[in-house]
Order: sequence, then structure tokens, then C-alpha cells
Amino acid sequence: MPTNAPSAARALLDVTSSDSTLRRFLHGLPGVDAVGLEARAAALGTRSIKTTAKAYAIDLAISMVDLTTLEGADTPGKVRALGAKAVRPDPTDRTAPGTAAVCVYPDMVAVAKEAVAGSGVKVASVATAFPAGRAALDVKLADVRDAVAAGADEIDMVIDRGAFLAGRYLKVYDEIVAVKEASGAARLKVIFETGELSTYDNIRRASWLGMLAGADFIKTSTGKVAVNATPANTLLMLEAVRDFRDRTGVQVGVKPAGGIRTSKDAIKFLVLVNETAGGDWLDNHWFRFGASSLLNDLLMQRQKLATGRYSGPDYVTVD
Amino acid sequence: MSDRLSVLKTYKLYVGGKFPRSESGRVYEVTDSEGKWLANAPQASRKDARDAVVAARKAFGGWAGATAYNRGQVLYRVAEMLEGRRVQFVREVADAEGLSKSKAAEQVEATIDRWVWYAGWTDKIAQVVGGGNPVAGPYFNLSSPEPTGVVAVLAPQESSFLGLVSVLAPVIATGNTAVVIASEKAPLPALSLAEVLATSDVPGGVVNVLSGRTAEIAAPLAAHRDVNAIDLAGADEALAKELEIAAADNLKRVLRPQPVDDWSATPGTDRMTAFLETKTVWHPTGSLGASGSAY
Repeated sequence: MPTNAPSAARALLDVTSSDSTLRRFLHGLPGVDAVGLEARAAALGTRSIKTTAKAYAIDLAISMVDLTTLEGADTPGKVRALGAKAVRPDPTDRTAPGTAAVCVYPDMVAVAKEAVAGSGVKVASVATAFPAGRAALDVKLADVRDAVAAGADEIDMVIDRGAFLAGRYLKVYDEIVAVKEASGAARLKVIFETGELSTYDNIRRASWLGMLAGADFIKTSTGKVAVNATPANTLLMLEAVRDFRDRTGVQVGVKPAGGIRTSKDAIKFLVLVNETAGGDWLDNHWFRFGASSLLNDLLMQRQKLATGRYSGPDYVTVD
Repeated sequence: MSDRLSVLKTYKLYVGGKFPRSESGRVYEVTDSEGKWLANAPQASRKDARDAVVAARKAFGGWAGATAYNRGQVLYRVAEMLEGRRVQFVREVADAEGLSKSKAAEQVEATIDRWVWYAGWTDKIAQVVGGGNPVAGPYFNLSSPEPTGVVAVLAPQESSFLGLVSVLAPVIATGNTAVVIASEKAPLPALSLAEVLATSDVPGGVVNVLSGRTAEIAAPLAAHRDVNAIDLAGADEALAKELEIAAADNLKRVLRPQPVDDWSATPGTDRMTAFLETKTVWHPTGSLGASGSAY
């Protein structure tokens, strides 16, 4: 009920006043019907998206990609190449949209910033001892400030999964709040690493915890573990941001990352967004794909739609 | 004995080492030469063709990178497996082409011999079409054949088994991977051959077998930009022309249909060399030392 929204928001603020109130709130969230969730995600995955709707979905998905390179072997040259690709994904077709952002490690932010200068493509940086998050808070905050100082527009932080699984929710909360403060104007994406949270209930709790702490985006995973973004856990997070906006009026974005490789998968996620959170989220300000190889498949599908001929990997850049 | 229910075989496509039904869910009726129903064969769609190309592309690196000797062993193994299923193939070929049992047996034997023949060629073709080139300098200049890539093969319409193997074996012997469109009227021997390939160490995706309307499946393959070559053996004149035009877009190698009176005649190396590229490398003869000569 919208009229009650401000008071509801005030009530939510109280739950973070102590560890016990926070735990009571998070454990008071309704349990997740795992079978129902997976069935719903699978059912929405069977929607047939064709012709003009497909063309729209592919362009939308391209504009939502956070083109990512998070390798130990990243070089300035590779990051520059990635930046050029983010600005103009298909050099043979100027109608192809640019991606939303490039996502790099903090020491590559300056290089990436230069590569995408003037294009509107954002630079996101993972920080807080990505991907494990096992470092002292000071170190994590220094990591964040470093990335922001280098010009990062967005910060992707990882939560302390150890503390979360041990039930020390307030520690996780305080860390997110501290990182949010250190990020300043940069938008904060909070990575839960859903593959390490064991249960759907935990993913729901983590989503609410992240949103209460002021996350601008909640993100499934780092892409560094066995289980990354799945339709089911993304659906769960979409429900969380929908419910959070209903209660507080604050809209939070969602970013599934890792394991999304084909246009078909990407379109399934877009269906989930539209059917769960709604059309307001169908914009790269509110929904992103963390991916690297996905972009090539989207471009090949786009070429297929434009020419009627199946394209191949020879016609997109390999990165 | 007569009380047994007949166990009908579900023929399926062969894509990426698996046996899927057509993505479209369609089948068509296959009849023998007298019009008697034999089985339902899957009627592949352009999406099946696309999936087959993806599988063939994925398999290409491993197959092209395998040693020629190893490819020969694998192809020989196919012949061994065929030998064990002779009876089945004799029946299928007899039904498909309206041949007597002894004529069909001849065809199957010629087919098995054809596999063995091409198995022997895998590590010899390089000596025939490659070699050292004379140059004026302290270098070696060597040319060696390399496979072209993913080859779409339209199997001959009339010779459902010997013809099929005669166009398929040379393509894969040299390290290419293949997407084969079986004879439209008589696809059953080709679909059964897929079962042989699946159990004879040929890596999944090296050969992909589709059945259905040749013109429908061939069109997207000819236009596909990730297919490197196309063998039009099974296309009639009008279709061949249309496909050759479509294939021009990404400069595919095209092998035009050639009249073949007798598939059992010795084929020569032409079908192998049609899908080979030549790689030429320069190599110094050795360190040139202070005196300026390696000798």
C-alpha cells in the first residue's frame, strides 16, 4: 500500500539497529518454495520470443551487458580492446548499441576509463578483495577508494560469505554500509555469490540485507565458482527487489553474472525480469548481465536477424 | 515366435555425438522402392542444421589436430564396426534401393572396402599433395595440406549407402568435420551409419547426419557463414545453382555435382583434395654460423 510506504520504510530502518533485530527480521522473511521457484523459472524460460520482439530483446540485452574481464592475465592492451568493443560491439553495423559498462579489476580502471571516454559506457570495478572477500575491512575500503579515485562509475563488492553463513548479519550489513560510503557517487553492486549460500532462503535473506544496507544493485555471483547465475536464483532476487520497492519505494537493480553464454539464455532472463519485477527494470540502469562471451553470441544472432544468414565466430572478435 | 510384437525402430538425427529428434518435431514417411512403408525418418529443420554446424565447428580442432595415423585408425575402426552389422545394412540397402539381397550385399561390401581405402589415405595424402618446394636461398620451403574446416555434404540421392560413404569418408579422412544431408528418399542407411560412427571412436560432432528435405536443409547450410565448404553431390541442377549462389557470400569452397555412373569404381584422390588448403612455410636450413654457411 503506497500510502503506508514512508512509515514502512521507517519500520525497516529499525530492524538494522542490532544483530538480534536484524536476525529476527531476516529469519522472519517467508521461506522459499524451492520446487515452485524452479518450476516458475523453468516455465517462464519456455516463452517463445521471435522476430521483432527478438530483435528488440537482443538489442536490449546488448545494452545491458557489463563486458567483463577479470583474469590474472589482464593486460592494459586487453582492457583497451575490451573498451573499444564495449563502445562499438559490431564495427560492421553502426546501429548496434553499445554495452552498459566494462567491468575490470581496480588497477585497470584508469586504462578502461580512457578507452571508453566520451562514449557513455560506464566503468565498473570489482573491489573489496574480489572474489573471496577475505581481507580486513580497512584493506577492502582502501581497495574501493582506489577504484573510485581512478574514476570507476560503479563498484562491484563481494559480501563476507563466512560471516553471513555464521549468522553474523550485522557485520555483513556494516561492511556494506561502509563500502557504500567509501564508494561516494559510484553506484554499488553487492555480490552475494549465491553458489556459496547453500539455500534459497539464504539468497532471499542476503538480498534483503543488501538492499537494507543501501545497495544500488544486487548481483548473483563473481563468476569464479561452480554455480553462477541461474534463472531460479535470479528470479528470487527479482522478487526481492519488487517487494522491496513495494515496501519502501526504493528501486534496486539486479545483475546476474557468470554462466550466461547464449542469446537464448539472455532472453529467458529478460522474460523473468518483465514477468517478475516488471517493465521498469527493462533498462540498463536497473538490469545488467555480467558476461564476456555472451556479447559475441548476441552479435551473431543480431547479424542472423539482419541478413537471414547464420553467422559464425569468424565474424566477431575473440577476447 | 509369431506372437511377438514387432519392435519398430525410431530413426533419429545424429548431431554432436547424440541422437536427437528434429527440433521441429517433424517426421516423414520413408518407403521402399515399391512404395511400402519402412519407417518414419526425422525431417530436420534449419535449426537442426544450425546445431549441427555448431557441433561440427566444436569438433573441428580436435579432429584436425589428431595425427593422420590416428585418424586412419579411427576410420578403420568404422569399417570393423560395419562388418559386424553387415546383415542390417544389406537389408536396409536392399529395401532402400530395391536391390536383390546379393546385389545389396555387394554394395555393402564395396562400402566397407571404401572406408578401409580412405582409412589408408589419411597419412599418405600429404605426400601426394604436399612436399618441398625448390627455392633460391638457404631455406626449406614446405607445403602441407590442411583441412578446410566444416564441410556440408549433400549425399547422393540414388546410392544411399555406397554413394554416401564415397562422399563422406574423403571429407573426414583429411581432418574436416562434416554435416551430411542423407538421401531424401532413402535416408535409413545413413541414419544407421550414424549409430556405427557413434560406437567406433569417431569423436562426437565430426560427422553429423541430418535427414529430411534436401533443399530445405541445404539452403541455410549454403548460406551459413561458419561453413567452409559444401559438396553438392546430392543436388539437382537447379538446386545446385541456387546453393552455389548462396555459398558465394563467404567464399565457400563448392564441389559441383559430378555425374557418377558407378560408385564402386576407384574414386581417386579428387574428393579428398577438393577440401584441402595448402599451408606453405619457410624454414631456415639451420644456424648460419660465422662463415655464412650451415654446411
